[in-house]
Amino acid sequence: MADPHYPDDLKYHSEHDWARIEGDEAAFGITWYAQDTLGEVVFYSPPALGATLAKDEPYTEVESVKAVSDVVAPLSGEVIAVNEALADNPQLINDDPYGDGWLVRVRLTDPAEVEGLMDSAAYVSTLP
Amino acid sequence: MGQPATDLRRTPLHAAHIAAGARLVPFAGWEMPLQYDGIREEHEAVRRDVGVFDVSHMGQISISGRRAQERLQRLVTSDVRRIPEGGAQYSLLCNERGGVLDDLFLYRLGEDRYLVVTNAANHAEDLVWMRSHGEEFEADLRDCQADFAMLAVQGPRARALVEGLSDGRLPPRMHCCQRTVAGVPLLVCGTGYTGEDGVELLCEPEQAEALWSALLAAGARPVGLGARDTLRMEACFHLYGNDLDPEHDPISAGLGWACAESTGFIGAEAVAAVRARGPELKLVPFALRGSGIARPGNPVLAPVDDPAAPAGVVTSGTFSPMLQRGIGFAYVAAARAVPGTVLQIDVRGTIRDAVVEEKPLYRKDH
Repeated sequence: MADPHYPDDLKYHSEHDWARIEGDEAAFGITWYAQDTLGEVVFYSPPALGATLAKDEPYTEVESVKAVSDVVAPLSGEVIAVNEALADNPQLINDDPYGDGWLVRVRLTDPAEVEGLMDSAAYVSTLP
Repeated sequence: MGQPATDLRRTPLHAAHIAAGARLVPFAGWEMPLQYDGIREEHEAVRRDVGVFDVSHMGQISISGRRAQERLQRLVTSDVRRIPEGGAQYSLLCNERGGVLDDLFLYRLGEDRYLVVTNAANHAEDLVWMRSHGEEFEADLRDCQADFAMLAVQGPRARALVEGLSDGRLPPRMHCCQRTVAGVPLLVCGTGYTGEDGVELLCEPEQAEALWSALLAAGARPVGLGARDTLRMEACFHLYGNDLDPEHDPISAGLGWACAESTGFIGAEAVAAVRARGPELKLVPFALRGSGIARPGNPVLAPVDDPAAPAGVVTSGTFSPMLQRGIGFAYVAAARAVPGTVLQIDVRGTIRDAVVEEKPLYRKDH
């Protein structure tokens, strides 16, 4: 696992999720802090394509050996892609939480919600 | 959880855990290492090489005196007369209804001297219970928890590693003796909770750090409670509070082998009655068929062809690093407690198939 890092080009949710905004679409994942707290991820069950995600609501689970953890949607939207590679390699979430470990791509239903998310510096200031 | 960190007890190795990069968590009133480098790596170290666990949170009670054996026999379920001097035995503490109050390891240190190792969460209550039951057999019961630090060295290389630091041969499995290891006088016990060969070491708390450092220097890898849990599940060892509690009897839990009702222990009649009529529910090990991980509290559905049959519940569940699938234990209707039976487990809303397996779930020759 790499050292803690929180890229500047992402938006962050207080429940330790990130969103990479690209127009009216976004990719979601969990932060370095989230994967480190969880430990090695051994199972990830993606939401269905087309599923509707509501901001602040859980939309999937990631499991480590020790525990299962809800993943909260940082923004509202419709799932247009899921990361198929995680089915066989869920530890990509640990190895590369902002890259190969992305969880879903969504079409945002309310892009204005982005205003409610934190930038990297603000999120880092919330971490213990 | 929720307990302020300041109220938590610390083992003599607290600073050593921090130095080793441990993630500390509250456990049974203690601040204990959950993991160092990662549960999977630590688990594999114990299966393939050697790991060392700080289990100083576990309690010790000494029972001594002329009638110590009779007192112990009244209190615990196993036939303690079968423990030779320098021997060890797994046993249970039951109430009058046959409900399990704790599971224990007994060590016979001398003719009239026994050491009982308790679970951290139960230690204080065990002591009260033991002092207030079987008093017709007078014995000296002493709380020794503060007298000992306890380290478990486990894995295929554990014995060789400890023997290399020891002033003499180590006791065989299920035996114990006094030795000096790395200059530290201690009690060596050929016991463990991982399904691997190994020893447990009980020494004075003041010496624990020296012992820990010597074991690490000799190549033992620190292992936390996270891997302790996954290892014990693969080996099919019970965890009190998950798989055992006062609402379950030893027969239902699959621990009839640790009960000798003819000895007349407290709860013997209730245990004998369950054994005679057969338990309604039995604890079974299972492995998930596909992906997914069942967790404690997940319901086991009644079979479709017999919806009136008692449902079951998962009491322990995790991801097995060796089997690479979800494993666990569940109480299920006795008729279904047969290896090969397919169970349906409600894993947070998703119904997943699990197969009842033989014990242990993981064996070296897998």
